[in-house]
Amino acid sequence: MQSKTELKKKALNALEKRSEYGEDFDLSEFKVTSGGPEAIQNLEELDEDTKKLLLSAGIVPSGKGRLGTLLMTDNTVSHSSVTDKNIELTSTRKALQKYDWLKDYYWKIVPVDADKYTASSYLENADGYFIRAPAGKKSSIPVQTCLMLGAKNVSQTVHNIVIVEEDAQLDIITGCATKKEVEKAIHLGISEMYVKKGATLNFTMIHNWSEQIGVRPRTVVHVEEGGTFINNYICLRPVKSVQTYPTVKLEGKGAFARMNTVAVAHPGSELDLGSRVIFNSPGTKAELISRTITTGGKVIARGEMIGNADKAKGHLECHGLVLSSKGMQRAIPILEANVEDIELSHEAAVGKIAREKVEYLMARGLTEDQSVGMIIRGFLDVGIKGLPEELESDINETINKIGSSSV
Amino acid sequence: MLEIENLSVEVGGRRILKNINLKVESGYTNVLFGPNGAGKSALLMTIMGFSGYNIVEGNIYFKGEDITDLPLNERASKGLGIMTQRPPNMVGVKLRDLLEVTAGEKVNIDALVHELNMDSFLDRDINVGFSGGEIKRSELLQLAAQEPSLYLLDEPESGVDLVNISQIGGMIRKLLHGEMKCAGKRRKEGHSGLIITHTGQIMDYVEADKGYILCNGTIMCSGNPRELLGEIKEHGYGECIKCKVKQS
Repeated sequence: MQSKTELKKKALNALEKRSEYGEDFDLSEFKVTSGGPEAIQNLEELDEDTKKLLLSAGIVPSGKGRLGTLLMTDNTVSHSSVTDKNIELTSTRKALQKYDWLKDYYWKIVPVDADKYTASSYLENADGYFIRAPAGKKSSIPVQTCLMLGAKNVSQTVHNIVIVEEDAQLDIITGCATKKEVEKAIHLGISEMYVKKGATLNFTMIHNWSEQIGVRPRTVVHVEEGGTFINNYICLRPVKSVQTYPTVKLEGKGAFARMNTVAVAHPGSELDLGSRVIFNSPGTKAELISRTITTGGKVIARGEMIGNADKAKGHLECHGLVLSSKGMQRAIPILEANVEDIELSHEAAVGKIAREKVEYLMARGLTEDQSVGMIIRGFLDVGIKGLPEELESDINETINKIGSSSV
Repeated sequence: MLEIENLSVEVGGRRILKNINLKVESGYTNVLFGPNGAGKSALLMTIMGFSGYNIVEGNIYFKGEDITDLPLNERASKGLGIMTQRPPNMVGVKLRDLLEVTAGEKVNIDALVHELNMDSFLDRDINVGFSGGEIKRSELLQLAAQEPSLYLLDEPESGVDLVNISQIGGMIRKLLHGEMKCAGKRRKEGHSGLIITHTGQIMDYVEADKGYILCNGTIMCSGNPRELLGEIKEHGYGECIKCKVKQS
C-alpha cells in the first residue's frame, strides 16, 4: 500500500504530464469550484430545463424504476438517495470517512501519475460516487448517477468507486450533462470498479455534454473469477473533445467483459475512444464492439486486447461510418498474445453506407431518408436495454437528423 | 401491367441490354430464360430502378404510366416488387422492423411468418448468416408483406434445397394466383409476375403464361413457355441465336 506522501509526490511530479492521446488541455484555464449548489432533497423540484437535461442523459428525476440516485454538480454531490437500503450509494468522501477498508480500493487500480488529469484529480481530493452491492444481492433495476456541469470555466474532478461483492449483480446508469449557460468547462473522471467472484456489473454511460466541453475519463475495472463486466458507452451529442481508454483487467478464471461503444462525432467534435482488455487469467473472454459515425467530426476508435493467460478468447469489432467528407474515422485495433494458447481476432471497417443497402430498403418502398435512418439506427443498436423512454426518443431524433442530413 | 419499349441499358459504360421489347399483361405470369450473363438480372434491376443501370434508350411503362425516370421507392409504392439473387447483408436491420414499416394494412404478417417458417428470423439482421433457402423465404416474406401487383423474381429456385423449393414454389404460386385454378379467372384477378428461371423448375409450381428468351442482351424469341423450355433443353441457346440471325 502506498502512503499518502508517496501518492502526493507522484501526483505532483505528474502535474505537467501530457496524456498519451488526445488534445492537451491547460488546466490552469479552468477553476475547481468548492461549496457549489445547496443540497437538493428532491430532484423533481429542479427547474424544467434541468429535469429535461437529466432525462436526455438517461437520468429519471423522479427516481422511478431506479434503485438509487446521486447527483453531482460541478464538484459537489448535491443529492443522494436510495430506494433499496441493501445498496450503498453515497459520496466517495463520505464513504472514505465511514470505511477504513476503502483505502484498499482508493487509487489502487488507476495510477495517480497516469497523466496530468489523474494527478490533478488526486490533488483536488476529488469527490464522486461510491456504490457497493453487498454479496449475493442481485438486481437488474439500475442505480443512476449524474455528473453535471453548471458553472462557467469549471474543472469538474470526479472520483468514483464501485464495488460489486461476490455473486451480486448491479446495474448502473451514469449520465453526464452540461447546463445551457456553461460555455467552456472540463470534466476529469476517475473510476475504479471492482467486480468480485461470480458478480456482474452492467455499466451504462451516456455522455450528453456540449460543444465546448473537454472530457477526460480515466477508468480501470478489476474483474475476479467468474465475474462479468458489461460496459455501454453512448455519446451522440456534440462535445469538444473526449479522450478515454477504459481498461478492464480480467484477473480470475473465466471472467468476461463486453464493451460497447456507440458514438457520433459532429462537426467540431473530436472523439478518441478506446476499450482495452487485459486477459490475466486462464479461460477469460471478451468482446469489444465499437460503432461510430462521423458527420464532420473526428473519430479515433481504439481497441486493444492483451492476452497473458492460456485459453483466453477475445473478439474486437470496430465499424465506422463516414457520412461527411469533412469527417475523419480512424480505427486502431491492437491484438497482443504473450502466451501460446490464445485466440484473439478483430474486424475493422470504415466507409460510407453502401448504396446497395439503401436501395435494398428503397425497393421495399422506403424513401431514401427512411432507408438511411433505418440503417443508421441498426448500426448504432448494440442492444442496450433499460434506457428511459425520453432518452430513447432523443436518440431516435438524433438518428433521424443524422439520416436526413447525410442524404 | 408492364410494357418495355425498345430498351437499351448500359452498365459501367458497357451496353448490356439492346432494344428490349417485353410485355407482362395484367394477371399474367411470364418467364424469362437465358444463359448466364445474358442480361436477365440486369433487366429486372433496371425495371425496379436500381442505380448503375443507365437507360440510354427506350421506356418502361407500368400500369400505363412512364416510370423510366422514377426513383425505385416510387416504383415500389406503385406496385413493383423484386426478389434479387444476392441481397446485401443488412447488419443491424431487423426483419421485424422492416416488415413493420413496409407491410400493408390488410396483411396478416403473423400468418405469413408462420407459413414461411420465419418465426425465429424476425429478430435477426436481414440476410446476415442466412442460408440460400432462408434468404429466399425472407425475401418472399418481405414481398408478401409489401403486396406488389407485379412480382419480379430473379431465379427463385437457385441455391435452394428440395424441401425449401416446394415451400417457396408453393408460396409464389399463392402470391401470384391465390386459390384460382381457372386460367381465365387468374388472368383477370391474379397478380402479375416476371420470373427469371434457368431450369424451369419454378414452372412446376406456377402457371407460366408466356416465355421470353434473352441472349446477348437481346430478346431472341418469345412464345409458349413450355415449348421454349423444351427447345432449350433439347438444343440449348445456340439454336435460338442461329434462328434469330436467320430471321433478321
